Amino acid sequence: MMSIALPAPDIARALTRIAHEILERNSGSESITLLGIPTRGAHLAKRIAAIMESIEKTEIQVGTLDTTLHRDDLRMRAPRALAPTLIPALGVEGRNIILVDDVLYSGRTIRAALDALGEIGRPKSVQLAVLVDRGHRQLPIRADFVGKNLPTSISQSVVVHLSELDGSDEVLITGGSQ
Amino acid sequence: MKHLLSINDLTKFEAIEILNTAQELARISDGPMKKLPTLRGRTIVNLFAEDSTRTRISFEAAAKRLSADVINFSAKGSSISKGESLKDTAQTLQAMGADAVIIRHSASGAAQRLADSRWMSGAVINAGDGTHEHPSQALLDAFTIRKHLAKSDEDLNGLRIVIVGDVLHSRVARSNVLLLSKLGAHVTLVAPPTLLPVGVESWPCQTSYDLDSVLKSADAVMMLRLQMERMSELFFPSAREYSRYFGLNGDRLRLLKKDAIVMHPGPMNRGLEITADAADGARSVIVEQVANGVSVRMAILYMLLAGSTKIGNLL
Repeated sequence: MMSIALPAPDIARALTRIAHEILERNSGSESITLLGIPTRGAHLAKRIAAIMESIEKTEIQVGTLDTTLHRDDLRMRAPRALAPTLIPALGVEGRNIILVDDVLYSGRTIRAALDALGEIGRPKSVQLAVLVDRGHRQLPIRADFVGKNLPTSISQSVVVHLSELDGSDEVLITGGSQ
Repeated sequence: MKHLLSINDLTKFEAIEILNTAQELARISDGPMKKLPTLRGRTIVNLFAEDSTRTRISFEAAAKRLSADVINFSAKGSSISKGESLKDTAQTLQAMGADAVIIRHSASGAAQRLADSRWMSGAVINAGDGTHEHPSQALLDAFTIRKHLAKSDEDLNGLRIVIVGDVLHSRVARSNVLLLSKLGAHVTLVAPPTLLPVGVESWPCQTSYDLDSVLKSADAVMMLRLQMERMSELFFPSAREYSRYFGLNGDRLRLLKKDAIVMHPGPMNRGLEITADAADGARSVIVEQVANGVSVRMAILYMLLAGSTKIGNLL
């Protein structure tokens, strides 16, 4: 079984709305730094930053934060390749950090991201933006900005395709009983 | 990948993956978060049955930056100097719960012996065995060359590397020839005939006796240490003559291409295989090789130890 949960236009609208919500919540873009979690979160962060730049007419701080070395499931699978961590010029100290990821599921990636961020500095606040929240949290973590809540069963998987990597934009639900 | 014993154990893909991982780890080491929790609770033993400064300290620093516990164990001051066998030492380490053993030994094949035996279940990393191999050194050399000279972020295609000196006794040279050629570089060994090993013609490289003629086209020159402690006979008439024909000095530096680099695995015999102006000059990346060594060894430890070890322990 495979179905399209979010087609390309819906993804574009969701990202535009998230960009507006982030700006509204933080009273503008001055204190904001977006950090995308590789791989797809990093591309989503860049897209949200581009939308914010077109709204605010100013440069947005955007970077990437790799969580691999802080994961708690490292020992349960083969070693993963590392992705780059790129912190923009103003750093994280005293900033309002917006973590950006594609799918929020168990919450373990975000826990690892919080640990990785804590090693770099002390942000003023950390907020979380995700394209899809599919539920089934295993940790007390929630998103501040959600593109779409997708109720799923654990036997299903959610696949995000982005044009930068996969040629087109879409969110798919595969497997399990619908 | 359970052990790192020889460059032959690595595919080109795995070697590049280690270099890419090292690159990310180097970036982290340059930033504010020097210490990572990745190997917390893992025990790594540095088993050095032969003297070493750089390699042992480098592995120790790498392990500590990944939060592993490190036990240093050298021949002097341990029961190895009382004649304890490798087997008994290994079984002792196993009983203490070592997840990995980094071994340096004067006997070629010691690391392989340890890995093939059922004496211990942890990962074995070869940190130099006799005149055989020193894979982590080759990886850090490849990392340094790639950083300075490679056109792509991948392999070393088309680069010309010249390795000069005591190839016969050099595990560094053997590992480097295997790795650099695997990554697409063109390697030339330069040494007096007496210091080239038997069978060198089957290695994936060329050989020459004339240093000046190959320097002009070299992208990197790697000088090897004359290993006097392994020399039981006379391999060349005099140190001065060796130095005149095979040493890197100011005159030879001027033959090099504009952006060619000078490397040495250390420790150097200054004035013998390399002069001070070559070792300390602008082209020299010798100190940087040491810094890169920590990142590359972190990558090796990460690849061998961070993932699941359950499968390995069952075998």
